[in-house]
Amino acid sequence: MANWVYSGLRIGVKSTHYPRVPENTPGVTPGLPMGRPLRSGEVGEVVDRCPTGALKRTAHRIVVDPRHCVHCFQCVRGTPDPLRWQEGYEWARRAPSGNHSASSTLGESLGAPFARSLHVRVVDAGDCGACLREVKQLSNPYYNLHRLGFFITPTPRQADVLLVVGPGSDQMRSALEKAYAAMPAPRRVLAVGACALTGGVFGPSFMCSDGVGSIVPVDVEVPGHPPPPLAILHGLLLIAGRAQEMPSGEMRP
Amino acid sequence: METLTATARVPEEYSGHIAVLQEGERSRCEIRARPGKLLELCRWVRKRGFVFVGLIVEQEPEQWILRYVFYPSGRGSDEGEPSWLHVISSQPLAQTTFPSTLEVIPGIDWHEREAEDLFDLKFEGHPKLGDFVLHDDAWQEGLAPMRKGFDARRPVGHRTADPNWRPQRIVHAAGAFAMPIGPIFSGVAESAHFILETVGEDVIRALPRFFYKHRAVEKIAEGRWPEEVLLLAERFNGISAFAHGLACAQALEAIGDIEVPARARALRAWLAELERLRHHVGLIHDICESTALTVAASQAAILEEDLLRLCGALTGHRYLFGLIACGGLSRDFKEAELKAAAERTRDILGRLTRLESNLIRTGSFLDRLEEVGIVTDKEARAYGLVGPIARASGLARDLRRLQPYLTYAQYTFDVPTESEGDGYARLRVLFAEARAAAGIIGQALTGLPEGSVRTVHVPMGAGAALGWAEAPLGAAFHWVRLDDEGRVSRYRIIPPSFVNWHAFYLAAEAFAFQDFPIILASFGLSVSENDR
Repeated sequence: MANWVYSGLRIGVKSTHYPRVPENTPGVTPGLPMGRPLRSGEVGEVVDRCPTGALKRTAHRIVVDPRHCVHCFQCVRGTPDPLRWQEGYEWARRAPSGNHSASSTLGESLGAPFARSLHVRVVDAGDCGACLREVKQLSNPYYNLHRLGFFITPTPRQADVLLVVGPGSDQMRSALEKAYAAMPAPRRVLAVGACALTGGVFGPSFMCSDGVGSIVPVDVEVPGHPPPPLAILHGLLLIAGRAQEMPSGEMRP
Repeated sequence: METLTATARVPEEYSGHIAVLQEGERSRCEIRARPGKLLELCRWVRKRGFVFVGLIVEQEPEQWILRYVFYPSGRGSDEGEPSWLHVISSQPLAQTTFPSTLEVIPGIDWHEREAEDLFDLKFEGHPKLGDFVLHDDAWQEGLAPMRKGFDARRPVGHRTADPNWRPQRIVHAAGAFAMPIGPIFSGVAESAHFILETVGEDVIRALPRFFYKHRAVEKIAEGRWPEEVLLLAERFNGISAFAHGLACAQALEAIGDIEVPARARALRAWLAELERLRHHVGLIHDICESTALTVAASQAAILEEDLLRLCGALTGHRYLFGLIACGGLSRDFKEAELKAAAERTRDILGRLTRLESNLIRTGSFLDRLEEVGIVTDKEARAYGLVGPIARASGLARDLRRLQPYLTYAQYTFDVPTESEGDGYARLRVLFAEARAAAGIIGQALTGLPEGSVRTVHVPMGAGAALGWAEAPLGAAFHWVRLDDEGRVSRYRIIPPSFVNWHAFYLAAEAFAFQDFPIILASFGLSVSENDR
């Protein structure tokens, strides 16, 4: 047993100082592509390389919708005119009202009831395992979500936040609805990952929804495929009213 | 063709039609079973020591084709033995009843149940059909989504789960009860359901129910272009994305006869081993966590995050998404980057070895693993188990050895095996495989070929091929068929978790309730990989 004490002490403190200080260690995020103005006469064929419609062409720009990005890197590799890439991770945003969120309960102040501590129930609705693995990393010494007053709870009855990963597979629909119904109010839903936001490469189909917003009302969305732990932390901080959301419009460096 | 000893001796009464197809250095032998002789033929094949891979059902315009795929088990098998053996059974579309081969191939159980559910085929003699992929409480009977006419894009309509549905109970005794676990359970866990039946302390029956996460990957792949299906292959199971992407890409490359550049072949092996190392460190973390040994769990978690960061910084993605491409890799790496990454892997392995030596001296930890969740050698063979679980039960099957692909024939590496088949044996195998993976990571960089990493290829024509890779959890097989336009018309994934979950109940039964999470962790299987 003494071995564990000694080896534990030898490793020392590993925790990131995010959100107080930005975390810039290489490899903490897969990043996202960035939009740019169209050059004169350019048709922007790089847009057509995107398999999920995350890139769009407007009159003067190539616009990136991070909610659809599945990190296939088609817009930066093997093309003569690659997009630029940003290495950020503060990607969380309030869910757009309309198609995807049935009836978001969000008022103007997002975090008022949750400023001190937040209990999170994680639900897997057809996830590939990567998003879930990144959620798991939140408890490791590097991210240590407890230091921020966030806790993973085993039951929805004690949960403030329902963190949902995966595209909303049909056979998880009823379990997900029941978990949401079991939560006391006020409650929030955090959708994590491109699949949870839009169905990703799987939905919509007869077995999959076009994102979990069609099953439970989503309040905050974290794009990424999977979003890195820091992006998920940013989502939780946003729900708690302790962070600013990613500016709307496009991603800039 | 006379040299194909195995096939030359197929008794006339079982098969009248044998074809041998040469695919590069490998041969695929297809034996058509005579009507009514499928069982005898399969028994004959099994007796010759062929290992069962899986069942592939294909619906052609006029007939059903059922493909029972095997490969020879031994090195040193007869000269001229085919690399792959397909037993083919066909019937007109109107005839949907096939004989069940369960008594000859125990491992085919779930394959037949899946085909019954998704194709609405009947397997005569199978004792338990129904409620498998499509849950009975929510789907009407007779729905066959894998059949050609079924439109996968349209929702089937709103279904409400039957509130009176109850799982089948096996144990009937005074005081017997069933403890349901899941589909939502524990802290951060994949969705799956287990019904544990008991009369007290010990689990008597463990009945898993999967496919809550079914995304119908095989169905939605149909009609898509090969590159789009590669995206699906990479993303249906994110924690071994590279291995599945690789298996799918190798199938496509076999169809299109695409030569992958030497540099890409070596780098693919290198990246696959990096994924294996990261994956196994993650499993070791889960095992430590399941025994509530938090210091060790934290130390393993640090190593896992270090490896994720290494992958992220080197390749752009922490789980190696977007790297595999048809014809090679989507990007190249600088010599110095690779060297630095290999150096960091060595450092991580050193820390992992220290963690191991602390763990094997912690009695309270070992008490929870030793002689718990046992799968015997005989069971492993009968169920045709794969990967670390099979190797912990003394079955040294590894596709990198048995069906060498990429550059694995050039490397020296161990295929670690243990004989006890308990949780501790599985943990030791994970540590040893992590070491072996790190060893290959070191070797693969010396003499790394120069040149490009991707072959530019023309659109592929019609054809079908099997791709395979030894994924972190075991043998993964991807069968792809392209139509005349070059679109995918059938995509079949046989993932290792599908094979191994089948035997999970063997390990969970006859052990106490409190061992269940530990057995679950020491199996370390993926639900998303199983559910597809």
